[in-house]
Amino acid sequence: MKRKTLALLAALTMLALFPLAGATFYTELVTKVMILAIFALSLDLLVGYTGLVSFGHAAYYGIGAYVLGLMAPKYEAANLWLTLPAAIVLAGLAALAVGTLVVRVKGIYFIMVTLAFAQMFYFVFHDTKFGRGSDGISMNFKPVAAIGDFTPFDLANAAHVYYFVFAAMLAVFVFLRLLLRSAFGRALQGIRSNEQRMRSLGFPVYRYKLASFAIAGALAGLAGYLSALQFGFINPELLSWHQSGNVLLMLILGGLGSLYGAVVGAFAFVALQELFSSVTTHWQLLLGGTIILLVIFLPGGLASVMNRFERTLIGESGDE
Amino acid sequence: MSDAILATQGLSRRFGGLMAAGNVTIELHRGRLHALVGPNGAGKTTLINLLSGELHASAGTIRYRGEDITHLSPDHRSRIGIGRSYQKTNIFPGFTAFENCRIAAQSRTPRALHIIADAFDYAPVCDAARRALEAAGLDGRGNRVAAALSHGEQRQLEIAMVLATAPEVLLLDEPLAGMGAEEAGRMVELLKKLAPDHAILLVEHDMDAVFALADTITVMVSGQVLESGPPAQIHASVAVRQAYLGDGTAAAAAS
Repeated sequence: MKRKTLALLAALTMLALFPLAGATFYTELVTKVMILAIFALSLDLLVGYTGLVSFGHAAYYGIGAYVLGLMAPKYEAANLWLTLPAAIVLAGLAALAVGTLVVRVKGIYFIMVTLAFAQMFYFVFHDTKFGRGSDGISMNFKPVAAIGDFTPFDLANAAHVYYFVFAAMLAVFVFLRLLLRSAFGRALQGIRSNEQRMRSLGFPVYRYKLASFAIAGALAGLAGYLSALQFGFINPELLSWHQSGNVLLMLILGGLGSLYGAVVGAFAFVALQELFSSVTTHWQLLLGGTIILLVIFLPGGLASVMNRFERTLIGESGDE
Repeated sequence: MSDAILATQGLSRRFGGLMAAGNVTIELHRGRLHALVGPNGAGKTTLINLLSGELHASAGTIRYRGEDITHLSPDHRSRIGIGRSYQKTNIFPGFTAFENCRIAAQSRTPRALHIIADAFDYAPVCDAARRALEAAGLDGRGNRVAAALSHGEQRQLEIAMVLATAPEVLLLDEPLAGMGAEEAGRMVELLKKLAPDHAILLVEHDMDAVFALADTITVMVSGQVLESGPPAQIHASVAVRQAYLGDGTAAAAAS
């Protein structure tokens, strides 16, 4: 068996067994990381595979979270099977609407307009009665997963939430893996490689980019929804540009355009954050320094280590 | 005019004060190879860019099978059957040669928006890609990453990608540029094979190839059509000889 497959299986087994250790704090921490991994995976589709560097991806994360907060009734629990699809669809539609305008521009302008739209959404939730202002929304009840009288799992139980998020992360990973091998996904990678040639070969590039932007937004909405579900609390900071920047940093840490990189990056980012914040209150300085060093010495991100390792140890024939 | 597949009328493109292409009227016919020659800066590539839609015309019209396509986007023009190659190799360097052609062929299928099925499992597109590689003389090179191909092979790939889109009109911008004698010979053979069922516009500096292949030659100088006609007429033309082929004092004046 290939080394990479072995490493992947080992990681999956560890994640699957992790809550059995019974350390609730860490179970919740890894749940949070897996939610961020979904968020980073959604951004990888845009940045790593379509060549669109969005600096406003948190907008759709936040919208996904707010859909749950705003749909949840005050005195009873919201239903997962109703609110979750709504969050995905509405975040996707928001991305579709923004996308019709922003995917027309390129490079630095794309970065700026995605940021501008994200800030707009931020202030919609921050400054309006509809968005409940800067205090955000505290939900009184966790959503329930009831289908009629049957409730397959309990979203108030940290281990159940963990496995639900784990399943969601795997589903997103597999979905993106399939999508990237499909005709649509290959066209996106063609656009990233050489947009002009794609156009002259007959691809309506605008529509492909727009679809990519909307799908990425919908998946970010899923991540945001899960975050709201885990913490029961939503505020405008979920949409802030810090959040958009953090998810970009996760991708850069882990490595762009490999999917694995997005997951590894999310874990590394939170691990470094936890490590440095336990040492000093100026942890952001250390985190920033670490990221600069990584970019200099490991431009392909952490996910590239495995490939490099393989090449030196077992020669070129090892993979693919 | 009637049986022309692609025809321009008074086509012009201005860059500020420079008339890069002025009042160009040409026709392309199925089964005919139309060569476009002229010194550097004559407006040959500008004309190809106008025909492929990568540049907007400042004035004039372009008709394809009688329909006005002057304002169609480049991707739309490609889909209705106008394919082009580039003077500077313009490929997907990180993809294999096969994938370069497969993605080109994929643009022809309504399945292009399938987002789950593996693209490599769709035989019609893969077959079209293989045929294009073979036609361009790249069979056996499919698994090579495009960036690792030799310069000549990359030029062949450039043509293979256009062929994979099964166009009716071929706009070829110096396909022989940078090729060795043997590769160039093969490319000339390929163009001969393609000519009967395509309408070809060939921009080329290699005069031997042009005179061997062309049914019609148009000579451009400084954005204007100097003369257009069968090879014998161009060969005998005093104006062309003076302006382009280089004839004593006239050559100095032209450059």
